Amino acid sequence: MRLAEAWRVALDALRANRLRSLLTMLGVVIGVAAVVALVAIGTGTKEQIERQVEGLGSNLLLVVPGRIEAGSAPTSSPLTLDDIDAINRVVGDRTRVAVTIASGETVRAGSRTGFSSMQGVLETTPTVFVRRLDRGSYLTRTDVSTGRRVAVLGAGTARDLFADRDPIGRQITIGGVRFRVIGVFEPLGQSLGVDRDSEVHVPVTAAQRLLGTERIDGIAIRAPDRERIGELSDAVVAALAERHPDTDFSAVTQEQILGVLGDILGVLTGVLAAIAGISLLVGGVGVSNIMLVSVRERTKEIGLRKAVGARPRDIGVQFLLEAVLLTTTGGVLGMLLGGSAALLVDRLSPVPAALTWWSMALAFGVSAAVGIVFGVVPAQRAGRLDPVVALRTE
Amino acid sequence: MNTPAIVAEDVSRTYQLDGLSVPALRGVSLTVEPGDYVAIVGTSGSGKSTLMHLLGGLDRPTGGTLLIGGRDVARLTPNELAELRNTTIGFVFQSFHLLARTTAQDNVGLPLVYRGIGRRERRERAAAMLDRVGLAHRITHRPNQMSGGEQQRVAIARALVTGPSVLLADEPTGNLDSATGQSVLALLESLNDDGVAVVLVTHDREVAARARRQIVMRDGLISATR
Ligand SMILES: Nc1ncnc2c1ncn2[C@@H]1O[C@H](COP(=O)(O)OP(=O)(O)OP(=O)(O)O)[C@@H](O)[C@H]1O
Ligand SMILES: [Mg+2]
Repeated sequence: MRLAEAWRVALDALRANRLRSLLTMLGVVIGVAAVVALVAIGTGTKEQIERQVEGLGSNLLLVVPGRIEAGSAPTSSPLTLDDIDAINRVVGDRTRVAVTIASGETVRAGSRTGFSSMQGVLETTPTVFVRRLDRGSYLTRTDVSTGRRVAVLGAGTARDLFADRDPIGRQITIGGVRFRVIGVFEPLGQSLGVDRDSEVHVPVTAAQRLLGTERIDGIAIRAPDRERIGELSDAVVAALAERHPDTDFSAVTQEQILGVLGDILGVLTGVLAAIAGISLLVGGVGVSNIMLVSVRERTKEIGLRKAVGARPRDIGVQFLLEAVLLTTTGGVLGMLLGGSAALLVDRLSPVPAALTWWSMALAFGVSAAVGIVFGVVPAQRAGRLDPVVALRTE
Repeated sequence: MNTPAIVAEDVSRTYQLDGLSVPALRGVSLTVEPGDYVAIVGTSGSGKSTLMHLLGGLDRPTGGTLLIGGRDVARLTPNELAELRNTTIGFVFQSFHLLARTTAQDNVGLPLVYRGIGRRERRERAAAMLDRVGLAHRITHRPNQMSGGEQQRVAIARALVTGPSVLLADEPTGNLDSATGQSVLALLESLNDDGVAVVLVTHDREVAARARRQIVMRDGLISATR
């Protein structure tokens, strides 16, 4: 029997029982739709986080004291501004090096108070990270070298302290010490669960005096290009190790952070998709069941086809195609449904979703495979029917 | 002399039913020559249908040898047997066995599907066959839109479309009134005149008398030949 003919017969059989075919398909439709939608949401979330990490700036290298390992205790930092001079010599461009010393502080303006993350930084922060100002200006080199008490507010802190008034030039206190506002950042929103709009940037020297310390917590370096990150990382860690023989230093690149996050999200998406896949399996069992019913109903037809020369294989292929047609049609419908659901979620809710061709291809492939796997038993049963017995059944 | 279309030698068929052996045929020998016209008669349960199924390659004997078109059925694989049914045998059943949702034309073309013949040619050959049985005007009708006599003619056209050398008809007039039965019988006889061997099961003595030979079955054995 020609394959085209077998398809035609299968299609005919499904059309003859339209409602039943549709209901049988439903299980597959729901399973495939769930897989496609969940994978889209997982992928969308992953892409969003990647964009946020990349939004920090490109070719970034973060250097911190201690080892970055699961279970290792945070090390108190031995780094000081003197180390930064040494690193500047290694890097050869001081605008590529940023530092931070962070501390949560109460901020106050008149009667209004707020809580923000005070960041003691160099004037180089905007050339290392991507950080845009909404108004005013950023810290200058003189601000840093003289320890001037000036501050640049995150959009959220500015709103909390000044509401609609212009904060530029006004006084605030940070941890009880007076600072003058010289700039306000553009809103950034959440990044990795941290509200980045409640930051307050002050000169690192001023922050150190306020906290009564010489230390700095971390260093960020922007490499001139991607290829040189590894080399630069080794050189910087070596320079620091020489100055502080008792301390380990770690350098991580943006790519490494993205890699770890990607792995975690990948596993999560996989687990979700697997759960959705179970419903696909249940749909497959439904298909198997209906195919067995179909074989029983059409026993006489099978007997007749055999009597006029159908080989066992011809009959088997016909029923297998019927099952595959059922599940792949369900698969296509499920793809459309899951795809629309994902787009709707992306449009109407804060959860991001991104459709990927591979999840669609996978869902289609799996639904075809479900048809084959769950169609094979009914098809074999049909193919093996004894024509005489089959013709006698009523 | 041509080789016989079908040769049965001491053929038996025993059914197994819940561990019980039911001998339906107990050693039947029979030769169907090309162009033959044989009527099989006998009481109900004497094994007529069982014999027909064996002669048509729908079933295999449990004893003896059976040659269809010169080939030993016992040595054929299921696929080869299917091919044999498709090429050398035409079967006509008492209850027609037409596909309900299918037109007369596509019902007749069905055996050609299993020869890998394309739809166009199938329809052409089916139309020619329907014309041959006098149903050129019923090509697009479905079984439920036709009379019993017309349905049996469609079934005969289907049996003939592959150009078989033997036509096996198990009570082909059993579900028809006598006038319609007569016309179906006339059709079978005209086919026989064209050289197709016809083997016919019937309960009607007059019908049987028109055949060239009569075989009387009783208790799974041939009790008489005329
Ligand atoms: N599948 C089967 N399993 C067990 N016994 C069977 C089977 N088919 C037929 N028989 C038995 O074999 C015997 C012959 O049956 P068969 O159908 O050949 O008779 P028949 O001569 O065609 O009868 P009728 O004139 O009523 O059609 C009967 O006794 C019947 O009960
Ligand atoms: Mg019978």
